[in-house]
Amino acid sequence: MAESTRTIEIEVLRYRPEQDTEPFYQTYSVPFTDDMSVLQGLQTIKDDLDGTLSFRWSCRMAICGSCGMMIDGKPKLACRTFLRHYHPKKLRIGPLEHFPIERDLVVVVEDFIKKLEGIKPYIIPKEPRTLEEGEYLQTPAQLEKFRQFSTCINCMLCYSACPQYGLDSKFTGPGILALMHRYNADSRDGGQAERMELGHSEEGVWGCTAVAYCSEVCPKGVDPANAINQNKMGSAIDYFLRFVAPRGAGK
Amino acid sequence: MEVFKADVAIVGAGGTGLRAAIAVAEADPSLKVALISKVYPMRSHTVAAEGGAAGVVQDHDSLEYHFNDTVAGGDWLCDQDVVEYFVAHCTEELIQLEHWGCPWSRKPDGHINVRAFGGMKIERTWFAADTSGFHMLHTLFQTSIKYPSIKRFDEYFCVDIIVEDGRCQGVVVIEVATGKFTFIQAKAVILATGGTARVFRESTNGGIVTGDGMALAYRHGAPLRDLEFMQYHPTCMLGTGLLFTEACRGEGGFLLNKDGYRYLQDYGLGPAEPSPRNKAMELGPRDRLSQAFWHEERKGRTITTPLGQAVHLDMRHLGEKKLRERLPLICELSEEYYGINPALAPIPVRAGMHYTMGGIYANLKAETPLPGLYAAGECAGNGLHGSNRLGSNSLVDIIVFGKMAGVEAARFAKSAPVSNPAVLEKQAKAAQDRVLGLVTKTGGKEKHSILRREMGQSMETGCGIYRLGAELQQTCDKLAELKQRYKNLNVEDKSSVWNSDWLAAIEVGYMLDTAEVIAHSALNRKESRGAHQRLDGYEQRDDANYLKHTMAYYTGDGPPRIEYQDVVITKSKPGTRAYGAAGEKAEAERQKEAGHG
Repeated sequence: MAESTRTIEIEVLRYRPEQDTEPFYQTYSVPFTDDMSVLQGLQTIKDDLDGTLSFRWSCRMAICGSCGMMIDGKPKLACRTFLRHYHPKKLRIGPLEHFPIERDLVVVVEDFIKKLEGIKPYIIPKEPRTLEEGEYLQTPAQLEKFRQFSTCINCMLCYSACPQYGLDSKFTGPGILALMHRYNADSRDGGQAERMELGHSEEGVWGCTAVAYCSEVCPKGVDPANAINQNKMGSAIDYFLRFVAPRGAGK
Repeated sequence: MEVFKADVAIVGAGGTGLRAAIAVAEADPSLKVALISKVYPMRSHTVAAEGGAAGVVQDHDSLEYHFNDTVAGGDWLCDQDVVEYFVAHCTEELIQLEHWGCPWSRKPDGHINVRAFGGMKIERTWFAADTSGFHMLHTLFQTSIKYPSIKRFDEYFCVDIIVEDGRCQGVVVIEVATGKFTFIQAKAVILATGGTARVFRESTNGGIVTGDGMALAYRHGAPLRDLEFMQYHPTCMLGTGLLFTEACRGEGGFLLNKDGYRYLQDYGLGPAEPSPRNKAMELGPRDRLSQAFWHEERKGRTITTPLGQAVHLDMRHLGEKKLRERLPLICELSEEYYGINPALAPIPVRAGMHYTMGGIYANLKAETPLPGLYAAGECAGNGLHGSNRLGSNSLVDIIVFGKMAGVEAARFAKSAPVSNPAVLEKQAKAAQDRVLGLVTKTGGKEKHSILRREMGQSMETGCGIYRLGAELQQTCDKLAELKQRYKNLNVEDKSSVWNSDWLAAIEVGYMLDTAEVIAHSALNRKESRGAHQRLDGYEQRDDANYLKHTMAYYTGDGPPRIEYQDVVITKSKPGTRAYGAAGEKAEAERQKEAGHG
């Protein structure tokens, strides 16, 4: 919490499709204090140095998931990464890897959203219940089975970290597979069979090559690699059970 | 210009907008819903709400208690018909969220757990650790995907509403990715755009909370009500202004001054007891706690830090285990931003701008005075929160009245005729030209970032925790000056794709309008009530003259025209608002008067 102002060089990837034939890095000298985040550095550039720089941001407290970007080559949230950790060296900022660049630090996230929509990310009730009947009972132990996987902020850092997604964007990817597991593991839900039709495939859990860099970069401790692993287990058991009984039977 | 025909258009896809969209879809799946948001829904500011949502569940609690807490907490400026409806529907809406998968924290037997919150007589705050808003938002967003009639317009920025034949009939939006305009024609429009706390220099709010819907409705003649009541939250981070939830105190945290003294006992909130007592000390309401901070600072009893004056939020006695389980985000924020583990050391905090109590005038049914236009959530001034909102009432406000807006807008849309489409499109085209003018114009001299900064500074000086007539006047004058300078704006970026320079310029225009309403409404209210406190001869509540809602009307270039409107009082006559031991005495007297005892 110091307040003396120093200056840091920030190289920012620029790409404006209407005027730039290809991306390039532009360097800004940014005054900063020790409490300032990389996001605040970018805001200083935008407000005082160059109004044409575009990037997404909102909450500033690592919960809205908007400001994921590559900071010195690592996927991070700009609001929770501090300039003091890079000074006196230069700092290089680029858009999240493995996504098409829309402009500057803004990437096209449609693929992620489509995948999220595609896995039925909502409760498919095991036993329907009316409001008058009150809440479903769920013990803390039952809650704990999925709670961690429900804390994903959709920041997509894990997609930039995932080599498999980088090779083939058909792979559902860590964050969305964790979300799928979040619903499958919820005691109120009975939709696992419907969801696992996607989950079983090469695009689903079997696409993962177990590098686990996704869990390392996750700012919220979601541990998608663990979710995928649990589902590989579930998927394998489910696969063998198919020979014994038709899917969905006995549920 | 592209035209999209919807039955109901909803601007804003946070908790309110998503709940409204689901309500329309459930009311009638044949109605086409356009759900418009300038960010992807899960980025909406609902995401940042931490502490929880109020709903009566315990046997020794009652709707009457929740009603009384809310009305007294709002210093009797609440419309009591709205509060009665609200408290009666909170729990059912929270159960609905539970059925949709919200991971509420549980008791060992599997039932919902509740925690204490400021100004609430009984513990009734449902919570999902300390990321309650995050979980509500993601639950609503993910659930909304079930409904095929909801067509989302993610990252579409709203620039105007279209009014024809005396009815609101659509909105004009910019696709952020391309800069292209679309006219979304609709038989009913719901505004769910959130508050306007970013008009202040420092705020707990995300960058997107810029009063867009408020300014648009206001420019089309809908009054902004009670906007002078802007809430300061007592425990915010130094520098960034980020929020440390009231649940820190609900779970038992203390507020200490530089002498390690629980100073709230000096401000009518005592007695200080070792564990939290509801409606006393650290569990007093936000306005009183923020005011106490202000006084401590002036008495020189705060702690000097490199980032300004602070008091200590001390949670060490709660222990590491409880802190990690109940307040994981607070631990994360404290460790990441301060380098402090709250289990080992107290956290420095100060009061910071947090919430907009007032908004677009809307009645119990979320109807604004403009037919076909509905408003709900933080952008609405429906009289629920009065002059001071209680913590954990806003997360239920958004779902109770989000649903109401959806149901009512669906009903309206089914019977509303559409005016001549050519006339509507002509209006939309005019809006497009106006907004494009901002970016194509050359020769301007002013930067919107500078105007925003000057506005924020002036709002902080004039419209802070305590207010003085002369300083308020200076803020009003400053805002008039900034509005003139805004006409001479230069938008540096002239491109179409993701031109955030342009959009930020439009937002500054919205904020100058809402800031002006805040300042003038405050200047005109010559009394002290809730979050509006004056030190220039108007230190007392004045029911004879000001037990009234402020109604601010747009007049074009000039300042707003201020009128007043009676408060709806059904069963709680204005009484003494007190907390701690004094509060218990006042409540006993009220009971006695009412013949209970």
